[in-house]
Amino acid sequence: MTTLAPTSTSELRDAIGGAVAAGAKLEIRAGGSKADIGAERAVTLLDLRGFCGVVDYDPAELVLTVKPGTPLTQIEALVTGENQSLAFEPWDHGPLFSRPPGVATIGGVIAAGVAGPDRLARGSARDHLLGFTAVSGRAEVFVAGGRVIKNVTGYDLPKLMAASWGRLAAMTELTLRVCPRPQATATMALEGLGASEAVAAMTRAMGSSAEVSAAAHLPAALRAGPALTLFRLPGFERSVVARCAKMAEWLRPHGALHRVPQTEADTLWGAVRQVAPLGPEGSIWRIHVPPSRAPTVVQVLEPLGAQWLFDWAGGLIWVRLQAHAEQIRATAAAAGGHATLVRAPRELRNAVPALHPRSRVVSALEARIRRAFDPAGVFETGRFLD
Amino acid sequence: MSLKMPPPDQAVLARRSEIIAALERLVAADAVISESAALRPYESDALTAYRQPPMVVVLPETVQQVSAVLAWCDGQGVKVVPRGSGTSLSGGALPLADAVLLGMARFNRILDISYADRVAVVQPGVTNLAITQAVEEAGFYYAPDPSSQIACSIGGNVAENSGGVHCLKYGLTTHNVLGIELVLMDGEIMRLGGRQLDPAGLDLLGVVVGSEGLLGVVTEVTVRILPRPEGARAALIGFPSVESAGQCVADVIAAGIIPAGMEMMDKKAIHAAEAFVHVGYPLEVEALLIVEVDGAAAECDELIERIADIARSNRAITLRLSSNEQERLGFWAGRKAAFPAVGRIAPDYYCMDGTIPRRRLAQVLHRMEELAVRYGLGIANVFHAGDGNLHPLILYDANQPGQLERAEAFGRDILRLCVEVGGVLTGEHGVGVEKRDLMPEMFNATDLAHQQRLKCAFDPDLLLNPGKVFPTLHRCAELGRMHVHHGESRYPDLPRF
Ligand SMILES: Cc1cc2nc3c(=O)[nH]c(=O)nc-3n(C[C@H](O)[C@H](O)[C@H](O)COP(=O)(O)OP(=O)(O)OC[C@H]3O[C@@H](n4cnc5c(N)ncnc54)[C@H](O)[C@@H]3O)c2cc1C
Repeated sequence: MTTLAPTSTSELRDAIGGAVAAGAKLEIRAGGSKADIGAERAVTLLDLRGFCGVVDYDPAELVLTVKPGTPLTQIEALVTGENQSLAFEPWDHGPLFSRPPGVATIGGVIAAGVAGPDRLARGSARDHLLGFTAVSGRAEVFVAGGRVIKNVTGYDLPKLMAASWGRLAAMTELTLRVCPRPQATATMALEGLGASEAVAAMTRAMGSSAEVSAAAHLPAALRAGPALTLFRLPGFERSVVARCAKMAEWLRPHGALHRVPQTEADTLWGAVRQVAPLGPEGSIWRIHVPPSRAPTVVQVLEPLGAQWLFDWAGGLIWVRLQAHAEQIRATAAAAGGHATLVRAPRELRNAVPALHPRSRVVSALEARIRRAFDPAGVFETGRFLD
Repeated sequence: MSLKMPPPDQAVLARRSEIIAALERLVAADAVISESAALRPYESDALTAYRQPPMVVVLPETVQQVSAVLAWCDGQGVKVVPRGSGTSLSGGALPLADAVLLGMARFNRILDISYADRVAVVQPGVTNLAITQAVEEAGFYYAPDPSSQIACSIGGNVAENSGGVHCLKYGLTTHNVLGIELVLMDGEIMRLGGRQLDPAGLDLLGVVVGSEGLLGVVTEVTVRILPRPEGARAALIGFPSVESAGQCVADVIAAGIIPAGMEMMDKKAIHAAEAFVHVGYPLEVEALLIVEVDGAAAECDELIERIADIARSNRAITLRLSSNEQERLGFWAGRKAAFPAVGRIAPDYYCMDGTIPRRRLAQVLHRMEELAVRYGLGIANVFHAGDGNLHPLILYDANQPGQLERAEAFGRDILRLCVEVGGVLTGEHGVGVEKRDLMPEMFNATDLAHQQRLKCAFDPDLLLNPGKVFPTLHRCAELGRMHVHHGESRYPDLPRF
């Protein structure tokens, strides 16, 4: 595989322009932590790790501008140092594919729309990308969005760029919204609930004024002990204590709520975020549904041998299941949602598109939009089998 | 009026009666308005300096009718301007002489509410406030709260990506919409998003929100609803200078507090508001800050005390903390009435909407004072301080020859200033026609071409709401051509596939 490693915008333009002229296909990559998502493809790699570093960070303005190849760990360390965080909880996919941790970059997590448990209450990658500079498939540099939190000038192209999987343009600079890190965080848990009971408890919690930022459920099958339903409550110490007490009352009909010690809680949330309980082997699907429909989905998939866990109060179901791709997609769709094939053996990835197929009209529109940014299809690598 | 709209297509104007007859076949008999007196109420939105009666108004009731009207117009090369409640402050719903005005007022039903999924599914003509009213009995609300919320439609909110005083903590419309049904100019009906978080492919919903009626007509909206916070408390803080108020805002955020709302008013706005609503605003201060926190009682009590400490350390000269709802609402009464209050101290006012990095506030306010002197017009400032969104109100008298033009020129200079200090032209009101010709201040021709090609993917003949947002309308065929940059190819041996 040829690799191009530009280190300046003009080199990047040359690389893209050259590829267009040569009829080559470019895959934008940095750390490669998500390289095993999608079909196999023969491509030229466009390595963006040369675009690395912090351009501007003004903690008081809650705004951070960085280059895309900057490692996520470096950005996390930087913002933690200012008592801030990326509220969408981006995470490194490397370990999910048995790759070494620490290679994920900020450009990669934004381009793949990666978010963790707090996405439930605090938004996703798309909600935290305020602006960017990029080189499109036309080999032209353009900017969109801005460097302030509140902005409606022009189309909101940052929304389109987040989760576009490098199919529109290569970003050279990203401006992100950062948030204050909560002073305290408590995790409360219920034990021994089944799927429906857990979703009922999470629904109750999310409908209360306890300001729960994350809610997840690990069924007994994934644990050495009983099933665990987890609730995260961030905030100022006194407020967290008061809300935990209230939560215990509200959730009494669902069981006895107890507080999980901090280190154990951190481990549990880390595991949920990185899908660790589903293990290093086997195919993994990510199913997005309206939360109330989550129990039905696992009722259908469990008899087929599925292992699963809920995040986002049931709105996100991580499923491990070897075959049955069609049934998984049909079940997700019947529940009003969609399913992404995240990890799978080569044969499956080459046969089943990673992203859930869209309706005819939406696919056609997406294709027109891709051609608008990339008329020659230089970023159409075949990875998504469309 | 200095604004130039695309010249009306004479061939379309000549076919007006034929067009009206065709539309009458597509919608209910009473849903086509063509008499000139009946068209008058539609001739402007809330940016009333610009007026133009539409060729005809259509008020469809079903998505099939919207689709049929759009498809017919598309086939005939007739332009269409969507309209919600007509409260846009940027002229987004300004009609065109040769366009059909597509009014969405009859899409006024709430279709479904699910507390389990915490969503409401509504038609686009439902007002922002009506969503909250429909769910408040169950203890829920819809968070974005533009000051126009009793009147503005959720479809208009989606088109403008509207905000409100609580959006620092709860986000703009885009953060609170999960799905829409959209009809493209060619009549295709599609669903984007749904009741779940995140779409399957490209985030098309994300770009339709804030697209100012240029990409498609929204015929259904699924919004997130949130449980009402248990309570709220507010602080009303007066400062001897704009600088100290600005520092207080920065310090609140540096302390890790994201208030539910954080609003600033300058001296002119404070005096106007107090004279109007008599709520006891301090008149000796240079800047007034309202900071609101919400949540559990323990949260509110703790945060309001921290905020009070921060205010004191920034030399606040007056400080009041609300101890009950009545007091809290009193603090807000003046701010909420700021626009009409300013309307009483001048015959007309012109509301601007730039965003700046907060640290540049004092500098920007001083430059605005200088501009006010240069233009010989007054100015009052209200400011969403937490997110840097300024609303300068330029005072003028439209009956004095030349004043409107001076106010417009003053406004343009303010927005240029916002961009110059690292900010943007509009924080929540949209570009519309008002800031259209200023777009090059923020974006070069290549940036704008990339945006406009997105438009081409949705509406290749540029028939939906033309003349808005983009200073120059390039034909899509022209934009589509590719002039590839070769440079000296450092990579001569790329493999071909
Ligand atoms: C007194 C006052 C206070 C205001 N306060 C705020 C505020 O605090 N925050 C804020 O953000 N804004 C505010 N606004 C601005 C305005 O209310 C918002 O922009 C609002 O969202 C417009 O909604 P509308 O239904 O009136 O839309 P309209 O004015 O009718 O239209 C606005 C735009 O949306 C398009 N549109 C409308 N409906 C649809 C649809 N169904 N499909 C596609 N496109 C559509 C139109 O073509 C137009 O471009 C205020 C306005 C006033 C008059």
